Amino acid sequence: MMGPGFSRGASRLARLASWTVLVLVALVWLGPYLWMVSTSLKTLPEIVAAPAYPLPSALNLGGYREVFEAVPVVRYLLNTLFMATAIATLQIVLALPAGYALAKLHFVGRRAAFVLVLSCLIIPAQVTFVPVFTMLGPLGLVNTMAALVLPFGVSAFGTFLVRQAMLAVPDEIIEAARLDGASELTIVYRVLGPIVQPTLAALFLFSFVFHYSDYFWPLMMTTDDRVRTLPLAVALLREQGTGVRWHIVMAGNVILSLPILALFALTQRRILRAVTARALA
Amino acid sequence: MRAAKPWHPYALLLPTALVLGLFFIYPLLLAGYRSFFAWDLLTEPTFVGVAHYRTLIGSGELLAVALRTLSYGVVVVTFSVTFGLALAVALNRQGALYAFVRGAVFSAYIVSWVAVGLLWLWILDGEAGVLSRSLRAIGLPTADWLSDPDVALYTLAAVTVWKITGYAMVIFLAGLQDIPKSMLEAAALDGANRWRRFWHITWPLLRPTVAFVGTTSLILSFQAFDIVRVMTQGGPVKSTTVFVYAIYEQVFMNLRVGRASALTVVFFALLVGLTMVQLWAWRLGAKQRVAT
Repeated sequence: MMGPGFSRGASRLARLASWTVLVLVALVWLGPYLWMVSTSLKTLPEIVAAPAYPLPSALNLGGYREVFEAVPVVRYLLNTLFMATAIATLQIVLALPAGYALAKLHFVGRRAAFVLVLSCLIIPAQVTFVPVFTMLGPLGLVNTMAALVLPFGVSAFGTFLVRQAMLAVPDEIIEAARLDGASELTIVYRVLGPIVQPTLAALFLFSFVFHYSDYFWPLMMTTDDRVRTLPLAVALLREQGTGVRWHIVMAGNVILSLPILALFALTQRRILRAVTARALA
Repeated sequence: MRAAKPWHPYALLLPTALVLGLFFIYPLLLAGYRSFFAWDLLTEPTFVGVAHYRTLIGSGELLAVALRTLSYGVVVVTFSVTFGLALAVALNRQGALYAFVRGAVFSAYIVSWVAVGLLWLWILDGEAGVLSRSLRAIGLPTADWLSDPDVALYTLAAVTVWKITGYAMVIFLAGLQDIPKSMLEAAALDGANRWRRFWHITWPLLRPTVAFVGTTSLILSFQAFDIVRVMTQGGPVKSTTVFVYAIYEQVFMNLRVGRASALTVVFFALLVGLTMVQLWAWRLGAKQRVAT
């Protein structure tokens, strides 16, 4: 027989177990971040010292200063922000008319067009980078912002998401706008755009975050400081032979991650919406 | 709806079609074409037929790269799906603390691979790294996480699991919301304990989601490159040269565009194969959902 005392003991045990899991999870995922920040604030002697102290002796900003001296951080950051914003904006500007046509208009070849968009979902940048690199070279487009932005101007996933959102919009709204004399472009951008705004916001953030962090494509398409992005610069800190001076590398890491973590903290719900939409699609 | 003018739909789709054609479809065809040529980017390409494919297969390089990529992918998928599911079930609760921990786990998924790679490079450093030091301090043996050819690939897989478990968790959390609370409550009233409720209600309803997360993560892990480039550069002794890294080496280090194109073609064929598996698993899941 289970007495009340036993079951209270069991629930206390269950609570203890769930707290243990919580602490363990927090340690495994937050621990490395804390270690990164702590290391970035240390001095070289503190890093090689054994045993390692968990915390720096003081808030030493030497690592950060060296990052700014080693690479043009501000320029790289501006390049990154410009590239990610341009890609996310372009994707929305192009997905709206395409999504509208695929969701709302009848025309010959609609099914084929939709299948074409969907099939591009399985062609990642890792498949296209070699041919695209050889295409852009003779055109003089390697090492330009165009090489970083244009190939991602259309997101097959984004087009699909916008189409799904448009399906839910009643036809009457479009008919009413047409009776008012609105052109198709007005309908797409002025009437439907605001209606599917939550989807657009999710798409924008998802795309911005992805391209801000992207290392692969800028690495393949650029060699020139003028257009290179922050992830490349931070990776270079290590490649340039910082040796044991990990505080510099971790300072670069903090500079790279902080903007995206802050953005995530502010817009968590929207980003998660885009991530899970992919699964439910 | 009828279009206002018959040409409107085509005009609205034109920019999308141009970008997709130019940067997705055409490059794919171009890779197929180039795979029959030898080209070093400097001199004229020469036709070599299927020589690249024959060399890749004959030298065993193709098989080695594919197997390496597959072992990395299988380890990543197995552990990220298991941990993701466990975390989703454990953290599916109200409260700011749970929300914070969920956010912490997921944040690794959106931080740059560069940041994650460098961070773990430091943690795993053989000399001053905190992991090796801690293990030594409590008298446990430590491994050459990244310089032992038998270990390095699995170290990369472990770091990848750390990074993408949050993705699996988030998808499973969304899946858990679809399970009717009344069902779990009824089972609890009937005396089913937590474990039984998970096994008999949650798990069967979540199985399609597991299939989705598993196949998606497998496809994504086949595309791994950044972590290899940052942490091991394909070494030691090629033990972490996965598919995309092999393609990259052929183009940018060996200037062999034809060979790289042949690898790309095979790589794409594998991705298509994996997508077929995914669609099949999906359909199976949908059927199951209808049946229940």
